[in-house]
Amino acid sequence: MKAIAMVAVVLCGGLLIYGSLDFPDWGDPNSPASTHLSPYFIENAIPDTSVPNIVTAVLADYRGYDTMFETAVIFSAGIACLLLLRMFTPNAPDSRLYRHTPTGVTIRIEQGGKLPENTQEFQRIDLSWVPYDVIVNTGCRLMVPFIQLFALYVIAHGHHSPGGGFQGGVIYGAAVILFAVSKDLRSAIEQVGEKMTAYLSSAGVLIYAGTGLLCLFLGGEYLNYSALAGLLGVDPIAARSHGILIVEVGVGLAVMAVMVSLYYILSSDGKLDEGL
Amino acid sequence: MSQHFPAIIIVIPLIAAFLVTIAGWINRRYCMPIAAFALTTALYGAVRLVLQVMAGGAVTYQMAGWPAPTGIVYTIDALNGIVLVVVSAVALLNLVGTSQIVARNYADRLAPFYSLYVLFVTGLLGIVITGDAFNLFVLLEITSLTGYALIGMGRTHAPLASLNYIFMGTIGASFYLLGVGYLYLSTGSLNMADIAAILPSLYESKVVLAAFVICMTGLFMKMALFPLHGWLPNAYALAPSVVSGLIAPLTTKVMIYVMVRIALTVFTPAYTFGTLGISQAIVWLAVIAIVMGSFMALSQKSLKKMLTYIVIAEVGYMVGGFWLANRTAMTGAVLHIINDAAMTLCVFLAACSIRFKLASDRFENLRGIFRKQPVTMAALVVGALSIIGVPPTCGFFSKWYLLSGGIAAGHYAFVAALLFSSLVNAVLFFRIFEIGHFEPFSRHGHGPAAERINEAPVTMLVSLLAAAAVLILLGLYSGEIVTNIIDYAIPAQIS
Amino acid sequence: MDAALALIVGKYNYWIYIVLMMIGLYAVVVKKNLIKKIIGMNILQTAIILFYVSIGAKKGATIPIIAHAHNGGGEHVIHAAEYINPLPHVLMLTAIVVAVATLGVALALSIKVYKQYGTLEEDEIYEKIRES
Repeated sequence: MKAIAMVAVVLCGGLLIYGSLDFPDWGDPNSPASTHLSPYFIENAIPDTSVPNIVTAVLADYRGYDTMFETAVIFSAGIACLLLLRMFTPNAPDSRLYRHTPTGVTIRIEQGGKLPENTQEFQRIDLSWVPYDVIVNTGCRLMVPFIQLFALYVIAHGHHSPGGGFQGGVIYGAAVILFAVSKDLRSAIEQVGEKMTAYLSSAGVLIYAGTGLLCLFLGGEYLNYSALAGLLGVDPIAARSHGILIVEVGVGLAVMAVMVSLYYILSSDGKLDEGL
Repeated sequence: MSQHFPAIIIVIPLIAAFLVTIAGWINRRYCMPIAAFALTTALYGAVRLVLQVMAGGAVTYQMAGWPAPTGIVYTIDALNGIVLVVVSAVALLNLVGTSQIVARNYADRLAPFYSLYVLFVTGLLGIVITGDAFNLFVLLEITSLTGYALIGMGRTHAPLASLNYIFMGTIGASFYLLGVGYLYLSTGSLNMADIAAILPSLYESKVVLAAFVICMTGLFMKMALFPLHGWLPNAYALAPSVVSGLIAPLTTKVMIYVMVRIALTVFTPAYTFGTLGISQAIVWLAVIAIVMGSFMALSQKSLKKMLTYIVIAEVGYMVGGFWLANRTAMTGAVLHIINDAAMTLCVFLAACSIRFKLASDRFENLRGIFRKQPVTMAALVVGALSIIGVPPTCGFFSKWYLLSGGIAAGHYAFVAALLFSSLVNAVLFFRIFEIGHFEPFSRHGHGPAAERINEAPVTMLVSLLAAAAVLILLGLYSGEIVTNIIDYAIPAQIS
Repeated sequence: MDAALALIVGKYNYWIYIVLMMIGLYAVVVKKNLIKKIIGMNILQTAIILFYVSIGAKKGATIPIIAHAHNGGGEHVIHAAEYINPLPHVLMLTAIVVAVATLGVALALSIKVYKQYGTLEEDEIYEKIRES
């Protein structure tokens, strides 16, 4: 079986390499890809949309329709994990671990036992609990707001520097996941809850699709941001720039919410109870 | 507003998917009506578009106002339009039919289920309507992702079957992406019409040949053509029955549409059938697919698994018919896309109804089912007659075109495979009918026990009857469909 | 010899990506552990992403962000040859997102398989399916 697969793979690779002999050279400025379509983007990004970052202009304006579906892909990945793993009716877990804080004794309560009510002395811990470490906890708590600020900066500056909605959204999601990893899954869920992620992810993609629909109602084609010129009170070119910013914000929201939701579901096995 | 139909067809279901998610947290009973409204809008838009195309020729729509090739452009012609109608109609019928079953079985996961359902249909509609090669990839991935999740919800080892589907499906989609990359490398454009304009000067290049082969391989993986069909039987049989009525009729047919689109529009027929010279090999693959699918179907012991092997054989019909490269066979292949979607919907809806009431579709459990579920079995009979190819159901007409095309091309192996497959289908279904009519004796030995009618919910019966009626209507109107739509769908160069 | 050298220098990036792609394909087909198959699938997708990005390279060109755009009002002429091709980067942003989404769904399904069968090795899982 391995031999057949190896032969097939080598054959396939050989055929592909044979096919590559006609490719344009690497870095050739006269290749068809560099001369047919892209000069239009490079030369007309600023006159058409006044956005210096050409990649953002192409991503959110010229090919904005693709990006909307890309956001829908992220959204459907989040919903798919929700559908597959999430258990909405959590039966009582098999056993819970509690730690008596004054003495440091860990007790395990099996299913059906009485759970300790005095939460001052008893602290619920996970199966993979580690003792409180000042350095890790304080360091992460200090870093999280700066990471979130940087994420917002990346989203807002997608026009002028590499960045945009996807990158900023992932960084923001990473900040929340850092908090969840360093402290506790349950405290992270208290801050950014499951309902919040569901609403935010839908809201994000709705902002994108809704902007396009708004352009449709205002007379242009779908996702033609220059139709928003009257609504925003600017000329059509600046309207394109603002439209790009609006959809990037939508994308950032959706990506952040889905990243956090995916982490919650995958790390806690669908129960949103105990995590990594 | 009517000039915006191409965008509305896709956007309304897309927004509905997100609204369903939000509605799920507010009140679960709103989910299904929102989804039904979205699919009805899509169906209405598709019908209006087909009428527009039939009256005035192809319709184009520029997204975001940018002309091709700078932006993404949607083009609807006769081939697109009719597949759009088929996709939205099948999705709507399945949604309505399974609504009460879903409300009973998946009550706590209604919102994600309907959200993924509508996203799946949005992806399929987008694949059919788009005129941009990369946009097709993104929509293909939406369809695939939602399909993987919906299939993974099924019973026994459905997650493993879905995981195998992920591996094969992702490799197939990646090959398609690689093929588009080769085309971009050699032409510099992503718009299908633009590529078709640039390609003729590049036909001797190895890159274009490699692009074609890689694209087709990727598509063959996704449409489950032999020998790349390994993922289909388990994935479709183990999927939840409410979902197989959606995925089984549509996914493979839309992939066959993509193959037709790439072979006829992006690469011209002269290149595909003339310069390349692989048509014969692919027709032989199709013949093997038909024969193997029919054989494997004979050895199955449960209804759904048997139906999945019939799906594999049907894919062979369409692929073989297309690559025979004469007009009659291609008409048969395109007509069969429409007919097969309807037939597969009908039989899978019937299987869903049977499984819902009996909790098992193994043949020995189907005894006496004609008495217990008469409406379901009536629809199954019509669907079976269509798959076998009995007039006046639609299956007869598309098979007739395929047979004539095979004879005209002189490919008698294809003709023989078609006839063999019809015979095997007859055996398969009459076996079920025989078991279904067999009524068990009552315990006291006083004669056959009277089974009470224990039918599926009302919405399922309505969908079943609608699907069966569609089969007969499609058959009666085959001639009109061919002359008014399919003749324009196939380019004039093909004789 | 010169022609062969010119060929290698001009095309070696494509060959590297083809090798990477074939490594990923081999992993998906041959490996028995589900996670290794998922990783192989990811390698395949990454190789295709790198292939696309290398299409857009241009010798001596800079990143596709037009500098000093809002200061001078964009008065200087923009030559297309000075900036690399932005389109493959845009396409691959989408492809990366799609790859990550597929990875997420694949991992969720693997968790379900593990909960059901207690193992992630394919042959052991098929054993258990045959037994039941």
